[in-house]
Amino acid sequence: MTSVDITPEARRRKAASPFVRRIKRLGVVLFSILATLFGLLFVTFLIARVMPIDPVLAVVGERASNEIYEAAYKQLGLDKPLVVQFFYYVWDVITGDFGMSTLTARPVLQDIARVFPATLELATLATIIGVVLGIPAGVIAAVNEGRWQDQILRFIGLFGYSMPIFWIGLIGLLIFYGKLGWVGGPGRLDIYYVDIVPSVTGMILIDSLIVRDWTIFWNAVSHIILPASILGYYSLAYISRMTRSFMLEQLGQEYITTARVKGLSETKVIWRHALGNVMIPLITVIVLSYATLLEGSVLTEVIFAWPGLGNYITNALLSADMNAVLGGTVIVGLVFVGLNLLSDILYKFVDPRAR
Amino acid sequence: MLFGKTIAALSLTTALVMPMIGAIPAAYAETPPNMLVVAHRIDDLISLDPQEMFEFSGTDYANSVYQTLVDYDDLDFSKGFGPSIASSWEISEDGKTYTFKIAEGLKFASGNPVTAKDVEFSLRRAILLKKTPSFILTQFGFTEENLDETLVAKDDSTFVLVSDKKYAPSFVLNCMTSAIASIVDSKLVMENEVDGDLGNAWLKTNSAGSGAFKLTSWKPNESLTIEANPNFSEGVPAMKRVIIRHIPESASQRLLLEKGDVDIARNLTPEDVAGLSGNEDVKIATDMRGRIMYISMNQSDEILSNPKVVEAVKYLIDYEGMANSFLKGQYVVHQAFLPLSYLGELKDKPFKLDIEKAKALLAEAGYADGFDVEFIVRTEQDRLDIAQALQNNFAQVGINASIVQGTGKETLGKYRARDFQIYVGAWGPDYPDPQTNADTFTHNPDNSIEAKLTGKLAWRNAWAAEGFTERTEAAVQESDTAKRAEMYVQLQEDFQKEAPFAIMFQKTEQNGLGASVEGFSMGAAITGSYYGKVTK
Repeated sequence: MTSVDITPEARRRKAASPFVRRIKRLGVVLFSILATLFGLLFVTFLIARVMPIDPVLAVVGERASNEIYEAAYKQLGLDKPLVVQFFYYVWDVITGDFGMSTLTARPVLQDIARVFPATLELATLATIIGVVLGIPAGVIAAVNEGRWQDQILRFIGLFGYSMPIFWIGLIGLLIFYGKLGWVGGPGRLDIYYVDIVPSVTGMILIDSLIVRDWTIFWNAVSHIILPASILGYYSLAYISRMTRSFMLEQLGQEYITTARVKGLSETKVIWRHALGNVMIPLITVIVLSYATLLEGSVLTEVIFAWPGLGNYITNALLSADMNAVLGGTVIVGLVFVGLNLLSDILYKFVDPRAR
Repeated sequence: MLFGKTIAALSLTTALVMPMIGAIPAAYAETPPNMLVVAHRIDDLISLDPQEMFEFSGTDYANSVYQTLVDYDDLDFSKGFGPSIASSWEISEDGKTYTFKIAEGLKFASGNPVTAKDVEFSLRRAILLKKTPSFILTQFGFTEENLDETLVAKDDSTFVLVSDKKYAPSFVLNCMTSAIASIVDSKLVMENEVDGDLGNAWLKTNSAGSGAFKLTSWKPNESLTIEANPNFSEGVPAMKRVIIRHIPESASQRLLLEKGDVDIARNLTPEDVAGLSGNEDVKIATDMRGRIMYISMNQSDEILSNPKVVEAVKYLIDYEGMANSFLKGQYVVHQAFLPLSYLGELKDKPFKLDIEKAKALLAEAGYADGFDVEFIVRTEQDRLDIAQALQNNFAQVGINASIVQGTGKETLGKYRARDFQIYVGAWGPDYPDPQTNADTFTHNPDNSIEAKLTGKLAWRNAWAAEGFTERTEAAVQESDTAKRAEMYVQLQEDFQKEAPFAIMFQKTEQNGLGASVEGFSMGAAITGSYYGKVTK
């Protein structure tokens, strides 16, 4: 019999059951989420307080007398030390109270529940368009490197990247709504259909499907398709360029040559082997692109009168509506954390080595 | 690989489906004949409580949903105020007691009768809530402590208002037409009171009025919907429903109007107005607004407190040049602090661009070589354009002007703290009486820092307004309306010569209307818009 040296570390690992390990991993993830959110809140709170914007004026208006100003100053708790203000705020957030928005006179959570689904619906559709068109475009460009297909796709990508979204939005509206009448105008629905379908998810496409109201569904599609296509075009431009770059790297690898020598069809070589190996970096690109869209695209929301999160946070910021800004920041933070987790899960799905 | 196949399938589907989107029946058409759809920028709306709201969109809303004791004819403002909830009124000999008779048979949208008790409740509520516009009423001496003596319902049909001293009746009654003097349904509001807030939290997002419309829904930054009030005393409006959509962008508003998806576009730029010319389905309505554009000079600054420098600056402004170029269709030249159409309006325009005269004045002041100065400007296109035009003219006389931009709240904070040199500002009247602007431009009873009279522009500019303050106080008490008007004319003439303000422009507004829309009132310079008489 030979004795085997077992290190204390290895002994601990051996002792811990898979269940305990999972709980530990979950604890680490939860801790990192909380730490991220706390840090995000702290930084946003500090920036908000050092900004040269007076939050009291947002509440009382330009004409307020000094007496009314002072009363509002105290009511907002601004007479207390900064640290105290912050911890009061954090405590309220923990207890589920994000405060009232001074801009809308409603609870911030209620506002976010109204604007976030609008952004979610738009960003999701835009990302789907970006992914399903962008990845094939990137693959085709890589396979045809330097040829006319590559040049055309490069031009389309650069055009999408460099044109101001404000301009593309207006021109899109002018052509497809104003001249051709193919799509609905600004807003999420024609005004006659607003508030007919009960709001379950806040996403009109889904809510109208739930009650199977096809008229409203198609009306919603006609309104969302143009802004989603424009945002999707930006995603497409980014995703296709990145796919091309990742694919070129893979196509130069020896295993691709081996696969071709073994007689595999070109379709299998490219779409199964090469594309399969760029999925991990590509997921990161897609998730980042989606997260950016979920923050809300202010200019698109303005042009298309889309009541989304970007517009809400921007308005709140410019009006020093700090409860709304902080509430919006928490949501954006949660979105990023959530999408990071999602990308981790997707890594494991597409690459067994990551499991 | 599964993923690759999925992507390929989705791509094919998308490529096939996308062009077919064009075949989706976009269900737009002309708006129904009894529904008015308005495209308007309404993101300034932060409360629907009339005793709290103080925004432009709020005034529009209050005009449509609430009534006041006295009111204007929205289609002819030159008639002045007339009966509304009050059918008649008497003023005591000492000019301090106003006795209003409440019209019979009035009902709120809820069905509750409108009585003097509701008037008492509403006006007292304005004082007790202490919101920003409360100064419009507290300036008559009403305080939390004296309400039982000053704002009293004698019975269901008689309401008595007692001011602390004699004021011009036109002043008192003009103030009674403003949004804060809206009469709310006391029973309904108090049913929704929480923690002694007099129903403030509830009324921020609900309505309790007797006006032409009642609130259906308000989605901030999205839409405001009001529907006809079946109990409205002046007859149910032809428009059974008015939907005001928040469309921030002028080009989008124009497209919606051209397609017939909205009946009125409220925020069109001059370029879009020009683009609509020749379209027979659309017409343009133009009206004066009360907003005044000015620049002011901080009198605590050594150089800018020199009267010759102040005068020189007034000759360095190309009033006509700006009004005929980048401000065309938005502003007209106006050089007095009362907007045109107000009692005591002054049409004289004594200043024009005169570089040589400005040079001579600066030389007299001892600044022949100019000086360095800083503008603070809100980041709004028209103000920035004005600041840049001024900067160019200033450079011609050696004044090196730098422009510091900021958000509205940022520049306002500096302005209220007297932390600036030259401010490019705008001011809109708070209520339809000359006192509203006289009180801020020419009244400054205590110029000390400690006084913190931050609501007054004269104080913000550290201008003591000597000789003006007393005359402003006298004008507001003059009961002879013609004499009162003359007092304001003289006050403005002297203000033009002496004050560290250069009033430059008055706002005009252009709205796009569907060709069939009639009876829409934009409110002129004195109030907000009104949809109650619209037909189409």
